[in-house]
Amino acid sequence: MSGGVDSSVAAAMLAEAGHEVIGLSMQLYDQSEGQTTFGSCCSIDDLHDARRVATHIQIPHYIMNFERQFNEQVVANFVREYAAGRTPLPCAHCNSDLKFATLAERAHGLGADYVATGHYARVEQSAGTGHYQLKRGVDPSKDQAYFLFSLTQAQLAQALFPVGEWTKSAIRDYARARHLPVADKPDSQEICFVPDDDYAGFVGRHLPAGVNRGHIVDEAGHPLATHDGIHRFTVGQRKGLGLAHSPTGQPMYVIALKPADGDVVVGPKTSLERTTLTASGVNWIEGAPETRRRVTAQIRHRHRPADAFVEALENPTRAAVTFDEPQLAITPGQAVVFYDGDVVVGGGWID
Amino acid sequence: MNYSPMRMYFDYNATTPLAPEVLAQVSRVSADTFGNASSVHHFGQQAKAVLDEARSAVCRLLGADPSELVFTSGGTEADNAAIRGVADAMEATGRRHLVASAIEHEAVLNTFKALARRGWETTLVPVDTSGIVSVERLREAITDKTALVSVMHANNEIGTIQPIADIARITHEHGALLHTDAVQSAAKIPVNVRELGVDLLALSAHKFNGPKGVGALWVKRGTRVLPILTGGKHERNRRAGTENVPAIAGFGVAAQLAATKLPAETTRLSALRDMLEAGILGSVPGTQVNGDTSRRVPNTTNISFDRIEAESLLIALDLEGIAVSTGSACSSGTLEPSHVLKAMGFPAHRTQNSLRFSLGMYSTADEVNTLIAVLPRLVEKLRTLNRARA
Repeated sequence: MSGGVDSSVAAAMLAEAGHEVIGLSMQLYDQSEGQTTFGSCCSIDDLHDARRVATHIQIPHYIMNFERQFNEQVVANFVREYAAGRTPLPCAHCNSDLKFATLAERAHGLGADYVATGHYARVEQSAGTGHYQLKRGVDPSKDQAYFLFSLTQAQLAQALFPVGEWTKSAIRDYARARHLPVADKPDSQEICFVPDDDYAGFVGRHLPAGVNRGHIVDEAGHPLATHDGIHRFTVGQRKGLGLAHSPTGQPMYVIALKPADGDVVVGPKTSLERTTLTASGVNWIEGAPETRRRVTAQIRHRHRPADAFVEALENPTRAAVTFDEPQLAITPGQAVVFYDGDVVVGGGWID
Repeated sequence: MNYSPMRMYFDYNATTPLAPEVLAQVSRVSADTFGNASSVHHFGQQAKAVLDEARSAVCRLLGADPSELVFTSGGTEADNAAIRGVADAMEATGRRHLVASAIEHEAVLNTFKALARRGWETTLVPVDTSGIVSVERLREAITDKTALVSVMHANNEIGTIQPIADIARITHEHGALLHTDAVQSAAKIPVNVRELGVDLLALSAHKFNGPKGVGALWVKRGTRVLPILTGGKHERNRRAGTENVPAIAGFGVAAQLAATKLPAETTRLSALRDMLEAGILGSVPGTQVNGDTSRRVPNTTNISFDRIEAESLLIALDLEGIAVSTGSACSSGTLEPSHVLKAMGFPAHRTQNSLRFSLGMYSTADEVNTLIAVLPRLVEKLRTLNRARA
């Protein structure tokens, strides 16, 4: 229970259906020095909101300390990825490495059979194969299946996503009808541990090897300007390049990041187009496909999935994707998730 | 998984229920004596009389003189008033050094941190695995620049009793003052300010069946302490603010009850505690008692459980209706590694696998037996999961 409306309603729905529900919240940062400047999820106020909701729906509620695990598994990876010139997706790591790993284990230790969260996604057990399937939430504007692609069969078997069957407005209505204290609380947007959405500032403060300064170069390698750290850039970025005017007169975009040289490569929009990608750390929800498979593939959270073929490589934790049409700004570090309609076939991390 | 409707409380070091006599006194005074104790008229005099009676009762528990006792909002304020009050009074003398044990309550440790930010030098003296401060290590830490030494009488997490009288002697050799936080010892063992030889002593009512939000600082006559709250001339100019008369009246009754019952309760609770401890050590493999077992308050034991996250065991017990704790919680209510066990030199895992069981007024052998019956199953379940992961 993050203290937001979605996980609050998830708990309330299960309690109302007669399940024995234990509310768990994760404390992810050190709150001891009174830091309350973190973003909109899991700050101390949010933990208190979760407690108020639990009291309201009359379930026990506990806050578990995951500071160390969050730091090691999510924050450190986030910083490392930016330092390596990639653009990480910490929410997906938090789901697979914390919520449905350590937190789920703790829940089992308390005798719980399932772990429910407030994600807009659905889990269904296929009648034929007995496999668990991960599906998009019914509200396309809120769907979060993308962030859950790395859940295994074992994790899905114990996962419940009660709000995934509903639209966001239905969830708000449910919360208001039951007078949940967070019914009108705004949705969280940013990455929860980065205050003010200032990723570059956060990463800069946490880089173990210091800031990797260098040059902004064109595609031929000619330096155009200097920059204050490669972690400040992401593929597809147009603003904040510090180029007074583009050499070609056209808008310039970040095409690639080369941390070894400290280079940020820029070029015109057309240079951002790619039709192929490879991915690592691939999770196939119902096993790797034996042949090339027709899917739609989504390369970032706000990307409309595009028609593509995916094939598992020799090492099935790697996959190759070929899009029918060129895609803009395929970004290393983000997830690529493969769908068959609403069903998540699998996904991995873009190389 | 089932929620027990029967709830059992093993967390008396956190707080205690009101004794019925205390509740009756708080209600009576709330209803009958609304006057401001500073007022000249009849109503004020009535309130003043209630305060005087309570002050005498608390002082009888401490072997102190009523003129030396200042009521506060609790133990934390008493610790703050002692440390900041002495620091403010001594600042001009050039003594700008403070010494404490590393196992003090946060009320002391964080007040030290606040003074360190103001330029005071602070020294925290570590303890060994006994959980008892070494007088020799303290002697090395105290200098002629030391204004105040603060060492708790009994530790809240493990219950160990500190050699306050010895510490008082070496503190005074250097011309420094000694403050002791007696929040966890008062009403559990005899606390006599003269025998301890301290200059200041902090108390809290709710640790021995008194009301929350009331405590006291005892200040030996002649000790220079500046008030930390400024305002009216309450408490002989030592603590401004209209006294919480009903709570103080309840504090007095709680002190009186404690003084009367102390010998019998010591015997009863130490027998129960020993039974609880032996029961756990005997039925749960991989358990050890933290800290010295001979020099500690009778109601407390702190036990480490190998290959267990204390947080999970605490929650599992609560779901069975059994309330225990680890001793330190952070602001959100989650558990942090114990600074006490850390200061005792235990490795990181042992600062997070230990639970505190503390007994009190309503503890019974039946409750202890229930705990001993339930615990092995919960521990085994959590350990099985840990094995599966490893």
